[in-house]
Amino acid sequence: MTEGLLTTAYIAASVLFILALGGLSNQETARRGNIFGILGMAIALTATIAGAQVTSYGIMAVCMVIGAVIGIMVASRVQMTAMPQLVAILHSFVGLAAVLVGFASYLDPESNFTGTEKTIHEVEIYLGVLIGGVTFTGSVIAFGKLSARITSKPLYLPARHWLNLGLVLLCIWLGVGFVGAESVSGGLLSLILMTLIAFAFGVHMVMAIGGADMPVVISMLNSYSGWAAAATGFMLSNDLLIVTGALVGSSGAILSYIMCTAMNRRFLAVIAGGFGSAGGVTTVEGFEDQGEVVSITAEEVGQLLKDSKQVVIVPGYGMAVAQAQHIIFDISKKLREQGVDVRFAIHPVAGRMPGHMNVLLAEAKVPYDIVLEMDEINNDFPDTGAVLVIGANDIVNPSAQTDPNSPIAGMPVLEVWNAKTVVVMKRSMATGYAGVQNPLFFKENTRMLFGDAKSSVEGILGTI
Amino acid sequence: MSMRIGVPKEVHPNEKRVAATPENVRWLKKLGFDIVIEAGAGAAANYLDEAYRDEGAEIVTEAKAVWDAADIILKVRGPEPHPTLGIHESDLLREDQTLISFLWPAQNPDLLDKLSQRKATVIAMDSVPRISRAQKLDALSSMSNIGGYRAVIEAAANFGRFFTGQITAAGKVPPAKILIIGAGVAGLAAIGAASSMGAVVRSFDTRPEVKEQVESMGSEFLLLEFEEEGSGSGGYAKTMSPEFIQAEMELFARQAMEVDVIITTALIPGKPAPELITKEMVESMREGSVIVDMAAEQGGNCALTEPDQIVVKHGVTIIGYTDLPSRMAAQSSQLYGTNLRHLLTELCPAKDGQIDVNMEDEVIRGATVVKNGAITWPPPPPKISAAPTQKQAAPAPPVAEPEEGKKTSGYGAWIILAVGALCLYGLGQVAPPAFLSHFTVFVLSCFVGYMVIWNVTPSLHTPLISVTNAISGIIIIGALLQISSSSLVVVILAAISILIATINVFGGFFVTQRMLRMFRK
Repeated sequence: MTEGLLTTAYIAASVLFILALGGLSNQETARRGNIFGILGMAIALTATIAGAQVTSYGIMAVCMVIGAVIGIMVASRVQMTAMPQLVAILHSFVGLAAVLVGFASYLDPESNFTGTEKTIHEVEIYLGVLIGGVTFTGSVIAFGKLSARITSKPLYLPARHWLNLGLVLLCIWLGVGFVGAESVSGGLLSLILMTLIAFAFGVHMVMAIGGADMPVVISMLNSYSGWAAAATGFMLSNDLLIVTGALVGSSGAILSYIMCTAMNRRFLAVIAGGFGSAGGVTTVEGFEDQGEVVSITAEEVGQLLKDSKQVVIVPGYGMAVAQAQHIIFDISKKLREQGVDVRFAIHPVAGRMPGHMNVLLAEAKVPYDIVLEMDEINNDFPDTGAVLVIGANDIVNPSAQTDPNSPIAGMPVLEVWNAKTVVVMKRSMATGYAGVQNPLFFKENTRMLFGDAKSSVEGILGTI
Repeated sequence: MSMRIGVPKEVHPNEKRVAATPENVRWLKKLGFDIVIEAGAGAAANYLDEAYRDEGAEIVTEAKAVWDAADIILKVRGPEPHPTLGIHESDLLREDQTLISFLWPAQNPDLLDKLSQRKATVIAMDSVPRISRAQKLDALSSMSNIGGYRAVIEAAANFGRFFTGQITAAGKVPPAKILIIGAGVAGLAAIGAASSMGAVVRSFDTRPEVKEQVESMGSEFLLLEFEEEGSGSGGYAKTMSPEFIQAEMELFARQAMEVDVIITTALIPGKPAPELITKEMVESMREGSVIVDMAAEQGGNCALTEPDQIVVKHGVTIIGYTDLPSRMAAQSSQLYGTNLRHLLTELCPAKDGQIDVNMEDEVIRGATVVKNGAITWPPPPPKISAAPTQKQAAPAPPVAEPEEGKKTSGYGAWIILAVGALCLYGLGQVAPPAFLSHFTVFVLSCFVGYMVIWNVTPSLHTPLISVTNAISGIIIIGALLQISSSSLVVVILAAISILIATINVFGGFFVTQRMLRMFRK
């Protein structure tokens, strides 16, 4: 295959990738978009393999077949509730691949750069490995936290910001040594040391983040993995890698930004990492006097739902944990058959990754036109007869609006308390991830349905 | 030392409400206040002195003693001439004291002047702005709710028939037809009460957006074929054009001939109530019909209304009670007292029994009509009712921080631009052309990504992440280019990269496909 054909193939692949992302702008075109993405990837791979630079087909084929089998097996077995973990571990692969490609590129005896080009090439390798390293361990830790292998409580080392700053300075110092190194072996030591520091940095960054902030972490790591790919593209002078990396990188960055706005956190603080609930968990002092909580039984909830004209269901991470989405859908179906208008309200950061709740509801076959976003439905709550809050806490906390001292002050929330009655399903009176007491539970129009979410919703389903 | 709250007995004739119930007293004590109550203040609302004493309030027999002892006076009605002391209540108010009650500053400018001369602070419960955050202290709503319910009860008591339709052995009874004009809080409460009693309820309001609320309460909404919006600021109605009013009057005239009961609740803030039911319409109604005019105090919606009276004119009973909430004194005292408690909670954030009339707070600013003798009414106009107003509300650290960020961003953008330009200049000086062409591609791709991603619908964010994940597996190309190297180390590294990147490519696309297949209409 000629150099010209290879380039045009890459252009085609870039365009297809852009179309793939563009297709996600609505549900109808999304599947076609994904096909475009697959097509683009196929073209890119075929062109590269057919190119002059690839000759060891044997090893390549073996690796690709094994990889493909593992990939498809994992992807077809994974539970929809476990999507965040899967995405996190896949990010770590990109990170690791970037590190390995960076090392290979440095050790490649065939490279013959000189002067400024050599310097730039080395800086690119250095950056690619650095970003890849952080992405790799950061994603591994995120995977551990999401799959509950590691505690999701934030871990704060003393003086962690100084520690991070020290690590950054050390990386720069090593980088100067690396670029100035005369021999390959001399530079290699700096590169390995820096890689280790990047690994430590990734671990430290994600360890300091609490479970509720995971949507931001996931999208941030998504962004990092894109930048890692882009840096690799620079290092190999490959425009397709640059384009794709830049697309993924900006996509992740925008998602992180959206998630940050949804949680009222500062974007820059997130990019810098270690942004968990700053100042730690505030005390719930002064909240004891909020009044009584009123509990309710599943039968009463069923009756209440049947008697309402408008019902809004607000799912949270608790629904994912309890795998309750299918029963929820059955409830909504039955109610709709009885003429009750049931809709779902999704907060941008509900769950552990952006759009997590949408995927779970889609899995349960909830039609997407009754699944609404926060801004679409917030004004409808005053006309709503009953709101069912399932395993959500901070995203329905009125103190975000009323209490300027609250750690979640200013965070946009679903204003469920404006509805006539709010039923909150909860295991106990424990606080949410932000560690804030929720005045919603004490409101006069709030009823608490205690117990495991799954058995509670089964109880409700039985009575309607 | 904590402040004292005084609750005198209401002096208005037939006013049965009291500004604090024993339960309210318990909560106020928790805020750190001491409470003084005039003996018998709650008696008309069935709250006995004993009950107050049990909650830790001090009972004082003299009204004057209450006013003298207290730092904060809670009342239902605004100050009036005291029947037994022989002086005006406002003369009992002293400097630095705070009075909280209904006041209607627009209707009572003289009273406002009088109060300002006392150099005190006056908070009017009727001036609390109608924003989401202030709902819990919106006493007008809680009183209107009770008033609307009671209006239906009064109508039913004076109407010689059932509200509900029945088929009995003694014959068929048609349901009563009720027209409710004005679908504010009172109107909606009346709709709810009347339809739960079985009546056929129709309602009318100049604000078309309340149609849904009206229908949700079980009433038919009478639509006027006329293009005009009746919504004023803060969720209240405004005065309409003459053409609209004429169309509206024709509608009422037609309805008057049909319905058995009319309940009017039409009020425009700060103005006399609009006359909606004329003498002719009353004459056209059937014998035995009932009109409840809830706007009687502001002049009445019906031409023949006599405030505080029940009159029968042309065979129609016209009820002009202005004290409907007071007729359910136990309930209304409880709700009003709770509204007051919420206000005091806002005024006393530290819960130390000291109030701070913080004029920076939108709610407190709106309700305060006199501050240390200076008239602060009317307040600046309220913003859209649903808008979150937290941002400027408090000097608390979590809020102060973003403000700081905002300040710098003014010229921060320019600094970033300048730094960017400098970097580009530096890069252009040293970088080889090959690098720059890659860099061009990179920057343009970032922008394309930026444009494309903003269009992605939020419900597809998870598929977006997984598909970007799959395409970032494109890093496999880097490894493919290295696999045929002569160096064994490079080949091994590249082989591992290919393996894991392939997992990424296939896994990512496959799981995205699986997810997207689930999204259905």
